[in-house]
Amino acid sequence: MISEKGLWSRIRLRLLFTGPTLFAFATVMIVPFLYGIYLTFTNWDGISTTSTMVGFENYAYVWKDAVFWKSFYLTLKYVFISVALVNVAAFLLAYFLSSGMKGQSFFRAGFFIPNLVGGIVLGFVWQFIFSNVLVSIGQKAGISIFGTSWLADPDKAFFALIIVTVWQYAGYMMVIYVAGLMNVPKDIMEAASIDGATAFRKLRTMILPLMVPSFIVCVFLSLQRTFMVYDLNLTLTKGGPFKSTEMVSMHVYEKAFLSRDYGVGQAEALVLFLLVAGITLLQVYFSKKLEVEA
Amino acid sequence: MKRLKASMEWSKFIVLLVGLVAFVFPFILLIVNSFKENKAITASPLSLPDSFNLANYESAFTKMNYVSAFSNTVIITVLSVLLISVLAAMTAHFFVRNQSKFNQYTFFLMVAAMIIPFQAIMIPLVKVYGNLHLLDNKWSLIYMYLGFGSPLAVFIYHGFVKSIPAELEEAAMIDGCTRTQTFFRIVFPVLAPTSVTIAILNVLWIWNDFLLPSLVLTSSEQRTLPLSTFYFYGTYTVDYGPLMAGLLLTILPVLVVYLFAQKFIIQGVMQGSIK
Repeated sequence: MISEKGLWSRIRLRLLFTGPTLFAFATVMIVPFLYGIYLTFTNWDGISTTSTMVGFENYAYVWKDAVFWKSFYLTLKYVFISVALVNVAAFLLAYFLSSGMKGQSFFRAGFFIPNLVGGIVLGFVWQFIFSNVLVSIGQKAGISIFGTSWLADPDKAFFALIIVTVWQYAGYMMVIYVAGLMNVPKDIMEAASIDGATAFRKLRTMILPLMVPSFIVCVFLSLQRTFMVYDLNLTLTKGGPFKSTEMVSMHVYEKAFLSRDYGVGQAEALVLFLLVAGITLLQVYFSKKLEVEA
Repeated sequence: MKRLKASMEWSKFIVLLVGLVAFVFPFILLIVNSFKENKAITASPLSLPDSFNLANYESAFTKMNYVSAFSNTVIITVLSVLLISVLAAMTAHFFVRNQSKFNQYTFFLMVAAMIIPFQAIMIPLVKVYGNLHLLDNKWSLIYMYLGFGSPLAVFIYHGFVKSIPAELEEAAMIDGCTRTQTFFRIVFPVLAPTSVTIAILNVLWIWNDFLLPSLVLTSSEQRTLPLSTFYFYGTYTVDYGPLMAGLLLTILPVLVVYLFAQKFIIQGVMQGSIK
């Protein structure tokens, strides 16, 4: 490879090409991340200029903080159900919308629409639907399940969150699955048809195994997004009723910025990060083993 | 047999069509109700409006401070996306063409850092930038987007730069281009499809982002569209008419762009995921 002459011009080139991104990356992600680790060992309240070292006290507090673990388990349940439903719905949509039927790109574009809009707006739209539209339908048509607002009942509010999450992400993951389905080699599918394989048989023994890489990507993305859900949680249920749908991300936010317990808040954020990173990496590690060659 | 197959196709089409209508129904409801008066909305949210009354839009437009919020969002999104695309392409190019140990480790660090969720950084981020008096400022926000957005962009560009033959650049340099000229005249144009992908992924993220701007931008004249929607909704919770119009005004710019660029957007998401 061609290299510049002279040390000075080499340094200048490096600074020009990598300087801005690396500097921004370091000062926006790495420095705050490391500083955040330091913060967890202090009792800073957000206002005072001094803070004292408290050792592992914050972590001990996190370990005993029942509310944190309650919202963590709630999030875990939410993530598990949503990730499963999002991916099943997205795969089915992609499967039907890549069979070469008429207007399939129109359909794909339509199902993608919720992803153009942020969680804040989607939450407000669905809040209106759950607490006005469905209630009005329920009362007029006498459907008791819609008679009162879903968002006023802890269990139903939880399922409302799941419904909206599935609705929101199904279109996005569908696009990724469509990309995967287009890469399934046509010749082996034809060979299977000639050998008399039914559509279901082809799906189960050929398409699904070949689609493992797409599943890894989609499950990874949906795990990351649902674990960190905040916008939708904030505007759809606001954590209510009675904090029953407060996901862990919202809990961390409130701990730090509303209760001004920055040390504990950051410790919880770090614990959360480690748990989520562990879960997503394990998922990738184990599903890599399912990959096959065509 | 052929008839059966055709009718199967049709029933599939109809099922999907019904599904799609149900899928976009929330947006239809939003449009319908944005023209109605408060009383009509709460009494019968499903009925069609009597007339195309734009009063709700006028009210939302002024109360949301729409012009200011819209232009803030445009400035922040456009500048962040431009910076991320150009600077990340340069970094990725440098990393691919100079495979030193240091560059490889830095690249690996960037990729690894992508797994850190924003929530694990937000508290110290606010503290550090607050102490430096850099909060409540669009330009800091743009800078932060560069920091948060460059790892993924460098990662995606990295994969595509590798597929550009080095001979192409060598030829340009023999003809007298400097490294910088080679990048901007040869490499960056060749990377254009990748840049479109990166721009789309980042626009979808930055345009709709809420948590980061809500922490950085504190004064009301700095607010972006998601922020002003949020505060508007918080202040006028029962004023359904203007609220519906406000939500629609927030969605409208993206929908209009989508109408013209949907093919690119869908392809961008596909390309972004394959790497």
